[in-house]
Amino acid sequence: MKRLSWFNVTSLTLGFAFLYLPMLVLIFYSFNSSKLVTVWAGFSTKWYGTLFQNEAFLDAAWITLKVAVLSSCFATVLGTMAAYVLVRGGRFMGRTLFSGMIYAPLVMPEVITGLSLLLLFISIGLDRGVLTIVLAHTTFSMCYVSVVVSSRLMTFDRSLEEAALDLGSTPWEAFRLVTLPIIAPAVISGWLLAFTLSLDDLVIASFTAGPAATTLPIKIFSAVRLGVSPEINALSTIMILIVTVGVVTASLVTKRNAVRAQQEAQAAERATN
Amino acid sequence: MTRRTLLIAAPYLWLLVLFFAPFLIVLKISLSDAALAIPPYTPTIKDGVGAMFAELDFENFVFLTEDDLYWKAYFSSFRIALVSTFLTLLVGYPIAYGMAKAPDEWRATLMMLVILPFWTSFLIRVYAWMGILSNEGLLNQLLFWLGLINEPLVILNTNLAVYIGIVYTYLPFMILPIYAALDRLDPSLDEAAQDLGCTRTQAFWLVTIPLSKNGIVAGSFLVFIPALGEFVIPSLLGGSGTLMIGKVLWEEFFNNRDWPVASAVAVILLLLLIIPIVLFQRNQQKQQEAEQ
Repeated sequence: MKRLSWFNVTSLTLGFAFLYLPMLVLIFYSFNSSKLVTVWAGFSTKWYGTLFQNEAFLDAAWITLKVAVLSSCFATVLGTMAAYVLVRGGRFMGRTLFSGMIYAPLVMPEVITGLSLLLLFISIGLDRGVLTIVLAHTTFSMCYVSVVVSSRLMTFDRSLEEAALDLGSTPWEAFRLVTLPIIAPAVISGWLLAFTLSLDDLVIASFTAGPAATTLPIKIFSAVRLGVSPEINALSTIMILIVTVGVVTASLVTKRNAVRAQQEAQAAERATN
Repeated sequence: MTRRTLLIAAPYLWLLVLFFAPFLIVLKISLSDAALAIPPYTPTIKDGVGAMFAELDFENFVFLTEDDLYWKAYFSSFRIALVSTFLTLLVGYPIAYGMAKAPDEWRATLMMLVILPFWTSFLIRVYAWMGILSNEGLLNQLLFWLGLINEPLVILNTNLAVYIGIVYTYLPFMILPIYAALDRLDPSLDEAAQDLGCTRTQAFWLVTIPLSKNGIVAGSFLVFIPALGEFVIPSLLGGSGTLMIGKVLWEEFFNNRDWPVASAVAVILLLLLIIPIVLFQRNQQKQQEAEQ
């Protein structure tokens, strides 16, 4: 059995302490009763109370959620289509430009993406609001979805699709009945990625949001520019908890499915022997 | 056949209109004059396509080369991105190494612990450091309590805070590719080196490091490229002395409302990024070919 050396134990401990302590500190101080964030004055949940009475934050949260749901759904459909075109589409005119446009947004600084989209919306005379943020988020998220889905498409056995086509399926039926169920986990993680990217985004939303539509990150950013505030600590704690529950659940489900698949494979092997 | 065309056309047109066309507009506006009207540049599409291209000049780019601010901002973003990439490597490598050496049953949990911060809001992770690094912050309180300092260390609103912020937020991008490279490494190579007379340290430098080079290179690009155009970290943790090009672009646009200059800054930032991006892609391609 492998044992970790003291060096590895130390680097893992220090590394994970570095990754997690700042967030734990934030959570700890969200229960501080003092307005001064760095002085501990006893346990209190009052900042959660004031947070839920703050209409501006609630409105922003609602808009953020709406934008995230809409843009992640559009991005998943478009991104899956793009992945399918890239991996299975064969040759077509302008393929290089297409794959360039899929990969470029992944490395593009957000300030440039935001600025360029804003200038587009203004030059075509589109009023800034929820719609423009959704369009902007869909555009960069679909590229992430397409990368996740195309890596799954590349590794799966193409003969399964061909078999379906040989047996008389139309290409659409082959996609819906064979390909989609197999790539579904990648499509779902693509959707989740698009959803969190949209929830998180500050820079692109700042450029493309009008005065009528303020998202939560914009609200948080303008509040924390002035310094640390206990209300934002409370809000951060809620957001961290939601993500933690989501990620831990997802990884447990994946693990359980992997174990089950293994058991089934073993059972099948026994049956054939 | 029409279905195939539709399948290709939908994402293609979407990206052409919402990704490609905006760049042409940025390029075009970077060559226009600033005007006081809203939108503050002239001429626009409404004036006709002919007018748009009639009055182009390189004035804004000339302006950028004449003003010291922009040179300094480009240079300092480059330096900050480079230094923080190196620091992230120093912090990330031992963690990835420890993960690769960990017993198999821990690995899924360790992986999840590295990925979890990535799903948490970027803004909140940067914000968390504001309370720690400020003059009355936790770090200074701790140092006081330990009796190490008599007056607070000024860390927040300096470049040091920006380094800490970049290392912290981009650490998972460094750890994951290095871990992937180390995980694939055959441990018997390390043992062979030791059997042939290397000390453990020599074996590490002569065998493990060169064989994990691909992971190091990929991780470094994944940190360097976004760090170069970073906006949130310098504006929350950095001070007035922290010059980074993402922040300059933002201020040019939102505070000075000089859209043509902001666009020119964007065009040059893009040109700067093309080199590392091409290098990164070439590295990825080489790696893929090596695997096949």
